[in-house]
Amino acid sequence: MTTGFRERVRDWLAEHAPRSDDHVPEASESAPTEQQLAAARRFQAALYDAGLAGLTWPAEYGGQGLTAAEQQIFQEEAAAYDLPTGVFLISMGMCGPTLVDLGTHEQKARYLPPLLRGEEIWCQLFSEPGAGSDVASLQTRAVRDAAGDWLVTGQKVWTSGAQYAGFGALLARTNPDAVKHRGLTMFVVDMHAPGVTVRPLRDMTGSAPFNEVYFDDVRIPADAVIGEVDAGWAAAVTMLGHERVSIGGSVRRRYDPMTFDSLRDVARVRGVADDPVLRAELAELYAAERKLALLNARLQQQSDAGLAPGARGSVAKLAGAQVLWQAVRVAGLVAGPRAIAWDPGDSSGDALALAITATPASSIAGGTNQIQRGIIGDRVLGLPKEPRVDRDVPFRELRVGTQAR
Amino acid sequence: MRLILDEEQTGLGDSVRALLADHCPPQRVREVMADDGEGIDRRLWTQLATLGMTGLLVPEASGGAGAGHVERCVVLAELGAALAPVPYLSSAVLATDTVAALGDDSLAEELLPGIAAGQQTAAVAVAGTGGRWGSAADSVQAARDGGHWRLAGEAAFVVDGPSADHVLVYADHGWFLADGGAVSWRPSRTLDPTRRMARAEFAGTSARRVPCGDPAGVLEAVWHRAAVALAAEQLGGMRRVLADTVEYAKARVQFGRPIGSQQAVKHACADLYASCEQAEAVLWHAAWTADHDPAALPEAAALAQVVLGPAAFDTAAAGLQLHGGIGYTWEHDAHLYYKRAKTSELLLGTPADHRARLADALCL
Repeated sequence: MTTGFRERVRDWLAEHAPRSDDHVPEASESAPTEQQLAAARRFQAALYDAGLAGLTWPAEYGGQGLTAAEQQIFQEEAAAYDLPTGVFLISMGMCGPTLVDLGTHEQKARYLPPLLRGEEIWCQLFSEPGAGSDVASLQTRAVRDAAGDWLVTGQKVWTSGAQYAGFGALLARTNPDAVKHRGLTMFVVDMHAPGVTVRPLRDMTGSAPFNEVYFDDVRIPADAVIGEVDAGWAAAVTMLGHERVSIGGSVRRRYDPMTFDSLRDVARVRGVADDPVLRAELAELYAAERKLALLNARLQQQSDAGLAPGARGSVAKLAGAQVLWQAVRVAGLVAGPRAIAWDPGDSSGDALALAITATPASSIAGGTNQIQRGIIGDRVLGLPKEPRVDRDVPFRELRVGTQAR
Repeated sequence: MRLILDEEQTGLGDSVRALLADHCPPQRVREVMADDGEGIDRRLWTQLATLGMTGLLVPEASGGAGAGHVERCVVLAELGAALAPVPYLSSAVLATDTVAALGDDSLAEELLPGIAAGQQTAAVAVAGTGGRWGSAADSVQAARDGGHWRLAGEAAFVVDGPSADHVLVYADHGWFLADGGAVSWRPSRTLDPTRRMARAEFAGTSARRVPCGDPAGVLEAVWHRAAVALAAEQLGGMRRVLADTVEYAKARVQFGRPIGSQQAVKHACADLYASCEQAEAVLWHAAWTADHDPAALPEAAALAQVVLGPAAFDTAAAGLQLHGGIGYTWEHDAHLYYKRAKTSELLLGTPADHRARLADALCL
């Protein structure tokens, strides 16, 4: 039956997948234009109508009720295309699956079908200026009023897609007297509610794929709680688990100036490919890429054999960032002055500069290298945890972020 | 491509590990190391032979197990972890693979049964005094003497040479087989006290020429297999150093808490783990390739040495560092892994040589 499914997917994609010049940037790449967004929504609606959206989600809420095997097949077939689904990554990969896991029947019936059709896009509202690696120290607060509604005040940051999202999954502090992990609650927030302000956040590449989101006494009804009140940390862990899977399943763009293949070609074009130093550097870069690819393949084989990667996935995340940093170094050696100035209209110069500029994200976003090493040390190697000063302290008494005291 | 071991292969590793835990503890390694003799634990060698480990890649018809590179790498990883003082790399890898690559039936019949049974060992002399792989062809001259050949000149860096019953020599006229006892040996001083090497001096030494259409091709084939095998030893050393270092970081208390709770130590351990996991994937890929995809072996073998040579040394060095002062003592084993790792990193050429090989394989 999966054979028939593969053919169905292949045929449908061949007919409907857009050409690569209609490419919509992924959420983390740069902000899409109105036109690109409309094209993405049309594509997602067609995918939904063809019965190919929400493959593993319950049929009751617009999904297809299929298994991970069909999901895998779809991803394999889709790998040949640049599908314009990047803007839905957070909706479909993180917020939706969390609602499936924790939402009430009413929440699922209301939110999942339009989410799957691409009509309503979601964003994730966790990180704050004062809560990066330590998300549980967040300060945005939700206070219950006499009617049982919640009033939210605070600031979120690094929010992908907030400028076009209809809804967000918001993590806020509902009990500052509890220790920090215990006083959080997750909410559905209407991004168009009064008091929500979205401002683009310009990152070091100069573009603004992310936003800052401000909440100023935003009213959220009682039935918007996802999971239980004060159990938001468990809900956040559920969502971050889905995030890991959805990042792991995403494919690298087909043209990437920071790969061995691309840099070898640059070296050939510049006529420096047989320089012995560059040969050695390129060989080392190849080795670094290859050992990471083999590690990932081995993790996959172990996973198929019943040994889930768990925290060992942090090795791949860490190594992936290190390969990119190595590529930045080799790119400089290979491209030489072309990496610092080029003629207007030379798109390869633009692409290389963007890649060099975007590399720091690899070792910061999704958990810094330092956080990954901590995870490996604590959870893979079983090293003793660092003594914690925040374990038994009510949040109200904690020092967080960069606040002065 | 298979990068994980099956049940049988895992069981093979378990049984060798158990044998080495019983019969080759660090204390035993040090006894053999301190001995002025041949540097081999003969009793352990016999035990490995009894388990069928010495002839893993020897065909069953010649008394071997007819197993694959993956199985041999499983064993080598355990030997590398234990620093076992046995002539495995020299006899069960280098010599066995040379005989296989030469493809001469009478040579195979003469050498392999004894090697597989562990009753005889063989060494390979391919480097001249400069040490470059294959440079023995410039420093050992073969001359016909009636129906025989005689060798003159010098080879060096011959692993386990003086204890070998047979020596395979890469000389100016191709490959030769000499009787180990007929060679004049000058044991070298070595960085690694657990891996003996010697100079072989030939002064009209009687030898037999092994018919071979492409001696340099054989030399290459042997390098590729040796690179994979050595990488397995290197991985074993990395795994042991990592395990010992993590254990020490949990047990050692300074400033009122285990040093492993300090980020400076914890993160260094995490980096060792990340390096080890990637090295492991590279090794099993190379071993699988040696068994199943010979055309891809030159790249996979070069990759194995490019990655594992420096990674094993960095691991040994970092492991030693994380032990602090105790790691710098003679009494602690950290220096043995450090010395072995540096030796292995340079045994088949330098990392620069390996990178050049990889670049060649990638048509750079």
